[in-house]
Amino acid sequence: MSTLSRRAVLQAGGALVISIAVASTLPPAVTDAEAAASALPPLPDPSQLDAWLAVLPDGSVQAFYGKMDMGHGIEVAIAQIVADELDVDLDRVSIVMGDTARTPNQGGASGSTGIATGAKPLRNAAAEARRLLVEAASRELGVPATRLAVSQGVVSVSGEQARAVSYAALIGGRKFNAPVEWNKAVGNFMDVKVTAKPKARSAYRIVGQSLPRRDVEGKVFGTRDFITDLRVPGMLHARMIRPPKAGHVVGSVDVAALTAKYPQVQVVREKDFVAVVAPREWTAVKAARDLKISWMRDTAQPAWPGHDGLHAWIRKAPVIKRDEPLKKGDVDAAFRTAARIVEAEYEWPLQSHACIGPACAVADVRADRATVWTGSQKPHSVRDGMAKLLGLPVDAVHAIWVMGPGSYGRNDAGDAAMDAAWLSKRLGKPVRVQGMRHDGTAWDPKGPACVLRSRAALDAQGNVLAWDFLARGLSRTDVSFNEADPRDTLAGQALGLALSPAPNFGIPSESYGFASKRHAWEAVAPLQTRYSPLRTSHLRDPVGPEVHFGSEQAIDELAHAVGQDPVAFRLKHLADPRDLAVVKAAADRCGWAPRMKSPVRAAGKSAVLTGRGIAFASRAGTVVAVVVEVEVTPATGRVWAKRVTVAHDCGLVVNPRGLVQTIEGNVMHGLSRTLFEEVQFDADTVRSVDWASYPILDIQDAPESVDVVLLDSAQGESTGAGEPTIRVVPAALANAIFDATGVRLRRAPFTPAHVKAALQSRTRKA
Amino acid sequence: MGIVHFTLDGKAVFAEADDDQPLLYLLRDELGLNNPHFGCGLAQCGACTVHLDGAPLRSCVVPASIAEGKSITTIRGLGTPEHPHPVQQAWADEQVPQCGYCVNGWIMTAAALLRENPKASDAELRAGLAGLKCRCGTHLSILRAIKRAQARMA
Repeated sequence: MSTLSRRAVLQAGGALVISIAVASTLPPAVTDAEAAASALPPLPDPSQLDAWLAVLPDGSVQAFYGKMDMGHGIEVAIAQIVADELDVDLDRVSIVMGDTARTPNQGGASGSTGIATGAKPLRNAAAEARRLLVEAASRELGVPATRLAVSQGVVSVSGEQARAVSYAALIGGRKFNAPVEWNKAVGNFMDVKVTAKPKARSAYRIVGQSLPRRDVEGKVFGTRDFITDLRVPGMLHARMIRPPKAGHVVGSVDVAALTAKYPQVQVVREKDFVAVVAPREWTAVKAARDLKISWMRDTAQPAWPGHDGLHAWIRKAPVIKRDEPLKKGDVDAAFRTAARIVEAEYEWPLQSHACIGPACAVADVRADRATVWTGSQKPHSVRDGMAKLLGLPVDAVHAIWVMGPGSYGRNDAGDAAMDAAWLSKRLGKPVRVQGMRHDGTAWDPKGPACVLRSRAALDAQGNVLAWDFLARGLSRTDVSFNEADPRDTLAGQALGLALSPAPNFGIPSESYGFASKRHAWEAVAPLQTRYSPLRTSHLRDPVGPEVHFGSEQAIDELAHAVGQDPVAFRLKHLADPRDLAVVKAAADRCGWAPRMKSPVRAAGKSAVLTGRGIAFASRAGTVVAVVVEVEVTPATGRVWAKRVTVAHDCGLVVNPRGLVQTIEGNVMHGLSRTLFEEVQFDADTVRSVDWASYPILDIQDAPESVDVVLLDSAQGESTGAGEPTIRVVPAALANAIFDATGVRLRRAPFTPAHVKAALQSRTRKA
Repeated sequence: MGIVHFTLDGKAVFAEADDDQPLLYLLRDELGLNNPHFGCGLAQCGACTVHLDGAPLRSCVVPASIAEGKSITTIRGLGTPEHPHPVQQAWADEQVPQCGYCVNGWIMTAAALLRENPKASDAELRAGLAGLKCRCGTHLSILRAIKRAQARMA
């Protein structure tokens, strides 16, 4: 056994090892930690122009963006917008994002609003800054503003290039001290009104170009620090210990046995909050594995129905809240007079975020202030939640977002931040918390399972008189979509705070011109009323893929029932030109050939069956149609989405290449969720704990091509992208499988076993 | 516990590791490397991939002692912004990243795959990369990048 201390070994390694260690243990975190030790500046005031942008002494521009680039390349898109509005070169604009001390609370990454609403105040602020700078130049040069032009951050007299003054000279390094009219909204809809009028889109030079993203080099050469890579001096490593079974609480913890084996390990236990903490990460990993806890079952908690029994359970579970957001005409009367009723039920499973790495956070909590580094896509919410958990004022908590291992809604990142905060408070040292794979997959908030019921009343001629649609499922906000309230986090719940479930679900976002419609949702009681790995919350396009899996299959079933082509049926019942345009564009691009009846083929006669399906929906002003062309292999049950065509209209496109790749990612995520993903669990244990038990789309199952057609008809507004696409992928896939096989798959996921069984069942009946 | 001596990105290093400590934790925690990444600890995702004497290895499940006397290459040793490996350059040209956490596994695996089979077909590429995970859905960009790298290396 070596007698050298670990540090001595590293030092003995000579300059070489030291240089490696030093180079990578001095990430920005260290300087941030030093900054954290000094008093925090006042929070940015959205009613001041200076909260939104600054001109530095060299004339370069910083824009303060209260959302983040979670990997879509939105950073450069925001810079394009600011640069165009200010008439500076793109490389002179940098974006500060996700830092609560430096950015207004625009709600973090949320609801595909990064550009749609997130860029608005920055565009307005940049226009206002330009106006003020031109005014200042007018005074400086003694020339009316109308005779001035701006190029590359220099204001000059038209026709007299020599008479000029730069932004740097006018204001570089100083504040504008100018008000803007904040609309008082906090979050996604925060905006400011200004005197200046932003440019007409015909004047854009940089917006609309596929300019390179800014995060590539760091990610490709391994030089960028992720949240998992931060090291703060003196920090300890922690692993959280969760109950292995549903509704179990901590009985006794054998601290003595653990510390006898690992003298450097501390166990922190408070009610059901249990963690092991060690100076070295590997020691913490082993200690977490070896800690012996006697768990006690809370007999008040009912057994879970298991994933196979979940939908039967949802059908019978008590409804906590019902809403009918869409009522048009007299639906019940239509059903009384109907010549024919077409109805079906669809089932969507519980799904996991299953981010590529389990969550990680570092917190440094002092007596009167705290700093947290988090991968949460809502750092302002983490700040607010931490302030409540720690009993500190909001402006004494500094949350700094650092890119984490993916995030598609309310994943496990914010929970890790709260865990780290509580441990740092208890131990008086900076603490880094990271989960193991099972913590991430088993315990991240889940996308809610649901049952969708569609009923349509038809007259004798096959006209649709009424459409009655009900989505009934676990709440999309059993825990909130952010971490602003400790009751919605694992730390708060383990520490004994009462849960605060909010019943909520959703309905289809469609515009079919049927005479009568009723779209309702019902949220049922949660599976467990304490600290639960099956808590449900927002997962990419919350309840969008779920609801439209039912509604857009239902439309296909109606088309089939009346003997119409699915594209023709949609075109017949849509009226808005934008809706019609995306459906036509998707059909045209993929070479859709109308056929009145899907071919009903005898499964087994052909090794591979092919078909295509379409689905359409809108989301917050964006309209999208997707056509999926599939190959189904009856012998194995394998479904391959071979070609995917997307027609997408989100209005003004800032960076076409970034948009196409964002859409592509949503297609892949949609295919993955529809083909493979289901949280497996039994009466008291989650069985989906890793990539073997929670499989996702593999590259072998990736399509041959995803072809994206970008339309732009929103008259200058950008309406948001990303999530609009994922919501139509599941039904397009199901509709394609029906086209290929004649078998309607009404329950996701379409795993080979499910598909094979469904095809064999049809063959037996035939 | 013992001291492991090896070559890391072309330079001789040594560090002390527990007998059961995976290579990943030695690289990250004892030597301060920020790539590779912990994704699963089960060799199921590839985010921790390094090259051991040129062959891709999932460092999260092998003991650190496996590196004794060997050469370990990480993504930082594969290439730099000044001297990029063709696969890294292709990743940049194709603008692949979403979150980027998995990039390490794909690039390290693809670089080794192309060395073994520079003219790999689409099917061979997919088979050779099977099992690597990307949650953001950059699969098609990844395939485009590797094909671009193939063209560059041809």
